[in-house]
Amino acid sequence: MFRYLIVLLVMLLPFEAFAISAEEVMKKSQAAFHYQGKDFKARVMMKLISQGGSERIRELTMLRKNYGGAGGDQKFFMYFFKPADVKDLTFMVYKYPAKDDDRWLFVPAINMVRRIAAQDKTSSFVGSDFTYEDVSGRDIQDDTHSILKEEKLGGRDCYVVKSVPKAGDVDYSYKLSWVDKGNFLPLKEEYYDKKNELARVFTADEIKAVKGFPTITKRTMKNLQSGHRTEVLYIKSDYNVGLEDSLFSERFLKQPPKKWIE
Amino acid sequence: MNNSFYRCRCEASALSSASCGESREFRLNPARSCIYLLFFMALCFSSSIYAAEVSIHGFVQGNYSADVAKSNPDGGDFKWAEERGQLKLDASKEPFKLFLKTDAFYDHTDEKAQIELREGYLDYTEKKWDLRAGRQIITWGVGDLIFINDVFPKDYEAFFSGRPLEYMKKGIDGVKIGAYPEFASFEFIAIPIFEPNNYTDARKFYAYDPMPHVTNRGTKDPATNLENTELALRVYRDIAGFDTSVYFYRGFFRKPYMMPDDINNTTKITYHYPKLSVYGASLQGRALDGVLSLEGGYYDSREDRAGTDYTVPNSQTKFLIGYQRQLWEDFTVGVQYLTEYMHDYSDYKKNQPGGLPKDRKIYQLATIRLTQMLMHQTLRLSFFSFYSTSDGDYMLNPEVKYNFSDHVWAAVGANIFGEGEKWSQFGQLDKNDNVYFQIRYEF
Repeated sequence: MFRYLIVLLVMLLPFEAFAISAEEVMKKSQAAFHYQGKDFKARVMMKLISQGGSERIRELTMLRKNYGGAGGDQKFFMYFFKPADVKDLTFMVYKYPAKDDDRWLFVPAINMVRRIAAQDKTSSFVGSDFTYEDVSGRDIQDDTHSILKEEKLGGRDCYVVKSVPKAGDVDYSYKLSWVDKGNFLPLKEEYYDKKNELARVFTADEIKAVKGFPTITKRTMKNLQSGHRTEVLYIKSDYNVGLEDSLFSERFLKQPPKKWIE
Repeated sequence: MNNSFYRCRCEASALSSASCGESREFRLNPARSCIYLLFFMALCFSSSIYAAEVSIHGFVQGNYSADVAKSNPDGGDFKWAEERGQLKLDASKEPFKLFLKTDAFYDHTDEKAQIELREGYLDYTEKKWDLRAGRQIITWGVGDLIFINDVFPKDYEAFFSGRPLEYMKKGIDGVKIGAYPEFASFEFIAIPIFEPNNYTDARKFYAYDPMPHVTNRGTKDPATNLENTELALRVYRDIAGFDTSVYFYRGFFRKPYMMPDDINNTTKITYHYPKLSVYGASLQGRALDGVLSLEGGYYDSREDRAGTDYTVPNSQTKFLIGYQRQLWEDFTVGVQYLTEYMHDYSDYKKNQPGGLPKDRKIYQLATIRLTQMLMHQTLRLSFFSFYSTSDGDYMLNPEVKYNFSDHVWAAVGANIFGEGEKWSQFGQLDKNDNVYFQIRYEF
């Protein structure tokens, strides 16, 4: 009898081995990575580095406000400092979990606010190796998730989660994420292309507690096929700063308030 | 600064962007002087505010556009050739902000160095309202290079001669008040001093002129007084996920219309800017995996509501539909279709003198814009085209722009015109094809 029970348990092992489902891991990871706090503010320094080593700088202030819990609606406001030809340009996104985002761009030279059409799943964010989706997060239900294994990465216990897109709407066939068991931040992500070859690698290079929220303050996305990489530094990160709803409007796209963008 | 009083007066014919060969003139406008005076008092005031945050940016650029079809009417081979520097000064101490954008340039086609105040205004910002006074650029409507409710001054010569797009917009000298109650946002604009559009210079551009033998020409601007102060109002808010605006404008056509002294024996042509009111609306939002834009407007030609005066355009209704979508990574396509309907067409036809070309009752214009970004968005290939399905004429504008570094970019492009009638909007520009080069160091 006891023997049968063991056999039964072993048979169930693949399903019962982890105390948490892959979906739950990714939900917690999304909450930790993209939904921390009521709102968030950071000065973002991006360095786009070519294979040959030449660098381009993108510097912006990113403001984010949550509407509802993790996985819910969000609004983003970005103000660009660099490069010089996009100085004072602002960009606003209303992000919805189950439908396409709304996006607006303000072009200061002609004082014009315009909606822009862009698919966030494949579009590069300001020419970097990050897509819009990498910056603002991908919907959990867009992928089928499974926990492949647990292993240590850089001394941290991690779940290794495989996420396979349900639709062919992205340029990769699957993604592996090393999610920290403690704080649920992704410490590493590997994107495999349609030929199942490793194409892009994300690494969280520095994690700091900001107002008690563990925050990735330095990250890199490397394109292994082109050799191009993007290093991102979050400086002056802050949570629960009290962003007003009215900030996310045409009025302030045209005249971004100093107190928020500095 | 003085240059602001100095205006090139090259005017369009009653039809389109044709031009006159009128000489340039200096003019001093008392109202304008008052505005500048106030502006500089404000400037002195604000510069005295201790510890204002000041930032200075700008660029130097070279901009050259060479004829490829034919030399200019005056024999020159460049539509545009200049070196230009721009300084943008931004000083703020809440609730005030001062912004000055000043260009200095050397124009090789005129062999002249000049200074131009592109923008210069003072902002005052409160929680629920704000105010901007001075020279400022205002852009309304949802069209891409098609303007229905954007009734503010444009520089078409800049557009046709391959200058950076920002030079197509001219500033207005006036006051804008914004009010932002919960239920909607309001922009109210008062413009005491009329500023016309700038059309092509007859020395550089071939354009249709119905009476080339008449050399005696003058221009009558609307007088600067309270009655003639232009007023514009925009009310906007979100309705069901669409950015919705309604617009109102009361002022003047910015295109000059011809008024011959005697149509049967013309010895003098006076250009004037008839009274105009515009009532319009626009919508823009996400639809069909892209962005859909709709805009309409009724042009009330207040000096010729009957449609019988050939020196004043008839009233019109204009409607625009646009759609923009990203088809693949960093490739976007945008299409638009404009229809303009002329009211009281039979009266127009009856009263249009022989020898002057007749506009169609319905004018239609299609545009397409293709944009592909490459090399981490540092290389941009773009193509823009106007094609009038009613007149059969077109304008093509291919362009390649590359950002060599975070500070230096260059663009090469072409403006190609053709087909249609010799008086139609782009057809008349047939002999003006040009290739242009822009290079800019930005800091």
